[in-house]
Amino acid sequence: MKTSFHRKKKLSGLLFVALLIMAVLGGCADGTGESSGDNSSKEPKGSVVVGIQQDIDSLDPHKATAAGTKEILFNIFEGLVKPDENGNLIGAVASDYTISEDGLIYTFTLRENVKFHNGNAVTAEDVKYSLERVSGLLDGTPLISTLSTIQAVDIVDEKTVQVTVGSANTELIYSFVAAIIPAGSGETTEATPVGTGPFSFVSYKPLEGIVLAKFADYWQEGLPYVEEVNFKIVNSADTALMELQGGTIDLYAYLTDSQAQALKDSHQVIASPSNVVQALFLNNAVAPLDDVRVRQAILYALDKEEINDFVGGGSGTLISSAMLPTLKDYYADLNDTYGTKANVDKAKELLADAGYSNGFDLEIAIPSNYEFHMQTGEVVVEQLKAVGINATIKAVEWGTWLDEVYNGRQYAATISGITCDMTPGYLLNRFQTTSKKNFINFANEEYDELYVKAQETLNLTEKAEYYKQLQKILCDEAGSAFLQVPANMTAINKELSGYKFYPIYVQDMSTVYFQK
Amino acid sequence: MKQSGSGKWNKYFVAGLFMTGLAVLLGIVGFFWTPYSTTEMSAAEKFAAPSMQHLFGTDNFGRDIFSRVMQGLGTTISISSLVVLCSGSVGILLGAVTGYFGGLLDEVVMRITDALNGFPSILLTLVIISVLGSGRQNVIISLGLVFVPSFVRIVRSEFIRLRDMDYIKRARLMGVGKLRILFVHILPNIFSVFWVSVMIGFNNAILAESGMSYLGIGVQPPDASLGKMLSDAQGYLQSAPWYALAPGLTIVWVVLGFSLFSEGIRRNQ
Repeated sequence: MKTSFHRKKKLSGLLFVALLIMAVLGGCADGTGESSGDNSSKEPKGSVVVGIQQDIDSLDPHKATAAGTKEILFNIFEGLVKPDENGNLIGAVASDYTISEDGLIYTFTLRENVKFHNGNAVTAEDVKYSLERVSGLLDGTPLISTLSTIQAVDIVDEKTVQVTVGSANTELIYSFVAAIIPAGSGETTEATPVGTGPFSFVSYKPLEGIVLAKFADYWQEGLPYVEEVNFKIVNSADTALMELQGGTIDLYAYLTDSQAQALKDSHQVIASPSNVVQALFLNNAVAPLDDVRVRQAILYALDKEEINDFVGGGSGTLISSAMLPTLKDYYADLNDTYGTKANVDKAKELLADAGYSNGFDLEIAIPSNYEFHMQTGEVVVEQLKAVGINATIKAVEWGTWLDEVYNGRQYAATISGITCDMTPGYLLNRFQTTSKKNFINFANEEYDELYVKAQETLNLTEKAEYYKQLQKILCDEAGSAFLQVPANMTAINKELSGYKFYPIYVQDMSTVYFQK
Repeated sequence: MKQSGSGKWNKYFVAGLFMTGLAVLLGIVGFFWTPYSTTEMSAAEKFAAPSMQHLFGTDNFGRDIFSRVMQGLGTTISISSLVVLCSGSVGILLGAVTGYFGGLLDEVVMRITDALNGFPSILLTLVIISVLGSGRQNVIISLGLVFVPSFVRIVRSEFIRLRDMDYIKRARLMGVGKLRILFVHILPNIFSVFWVSVMIGFNNAILAESGMSYLGIGVQPPDASLGKMLSDAQGYLQSAPWYALAPGLTIVWVVLGFSLFSEGIRRNQ
């Protein structure tokens, strides 16, 4: 019979698939040991492959918003000043700067011999153009909100630029890390980014990655050491682990605790405090989360210690508001407000007060490329179940997350991380009612007023005090459920040296070199 | 009893019946009862190796893997059944009409199924999922749609074979209605062939569902599904191999069981 042959073929096909599954599973386990073994005997190479978690949102350094993009652009662009690995500002395009006593006039002295990747020397014109572009003086739309306070950029002489700002702010200097780009290149920087950084842009393929090459005329002589850096997008944490073990990526900074354990023999695995605040963000404008009692109930229901144990192996730092504990002068420890353990009774009581004694449904949208957040989600769902909240996880792609959740604010709850730069006010800034980054729709007049006061004062003690009050409001009003500052677990190829850990979200590849 | 290898109770049939029976039983029980909660976490029992307490060990959240496999089996089997039910019914309808009547409708339907077949099925389901969104219901819809062509083809070719048989010709001459010929006179005679294709379709549906959960677009966590468990387990292959082996071997068990079962059915005809 004709059909019988056909059927047999199908049957054997199925068996084949079944065997394939086993072969794949078996193959992974066997392959890894070998490949990391012969990796160490390879010739030193001039090319480093860095695994990154997500695609790039914009190659325009003034428009990029994702931290995962900024960490890459750090290698291509530099501002007048730039951060170093200790969290201090050092001169970059500017060799020196002075701030007038009233805090309104910034005078930058440009460094000699700084060149763009296109070979042209950086002039005062370029600086003026770049600052006017980001501050909105050029076309009315500020690209970096903190710099919208700039009133005028004046060229004093060829090597001196004077910036006048509207109001004094001791933190404003940190915003001058904004990239300096060639005058008039605003339209083209998206397609062909040109900056002054240690690496120049070579190519970018969506969903694949971005390739950078050593910039020979970089002003810091001798840097960078490697010829080429390839930032390769590795969408899933599992793939990243396999690629690390297989030697196809040299460096990966976002390991889960279990991955770090698996890699500790074959790689250098280093834990460093991150600058990410992980939270279960709650959309304050969506019912039933618009009721502060409901939000507080969620906070009481969460057991942060358990979350930290399950997903971070206990290596994270528990927090209750939007501030990094590493910024010691400004950090207020508010962990006692809701406790770090679950308080089911209190949560149920608040829910009953709010009229939800039978709980409610809550959809948590989580970017699926972040294994860490996905795992946190599973624990959170379980903890919320205990107080009667029926939470479900909706895994969304990173692009969808940015569009719908972050920019579109079409969500109820999400688990994600927000990153901090070196300014203590950076994380608090976004929770002002009208901030365009206020994706949780937090609305509190007292908060807004205090934030303005905090920006105005030139007295650092007073400023710190204001920031502590802001953190308290955010915590008391249960703006969102701030969970922890996870530790960064970075795995590095054992042949690589010189990698510097920054207290902010950057991957500085300029100091990395291969041993031998 | 006839000798094994053929007849009603041949060895394929028995082995298949045993394997699928056990899997389906576990799946159905898993809907109502599991030895442990499938979602409750316990830090103290993280990565416990298989033992008498936890037959398949525990996972990274300290959840009992055997319970989760039971629940995952239930999910997978119920989704696959619905997929086969939907695509099978549509397949019978379309296949019967196109096979018996032929003509323009046949041409149109067959070209559409050709077009559907032109895409790799996983790609097509991915497209549908990206339009509809992930989740249990949409997995059933997308897989149901993707599986229709194979059923249409099998039913259609059987109808073409049978429509010119003498007994059908005679029925037509006697003035029996078209619907009656289609569904009373022809349909029962294709069941032996159709049944096997249902089994194979069922197998493919299980693999497809697991594949989709593996990619994270199927059933959403914390609900257990075999595919998602496999992908979660990937990071712990060296430290906790049982985590991957349990769902992996379960998929193999089910698929093998249904293959043997369908082979057994074919042989006892």
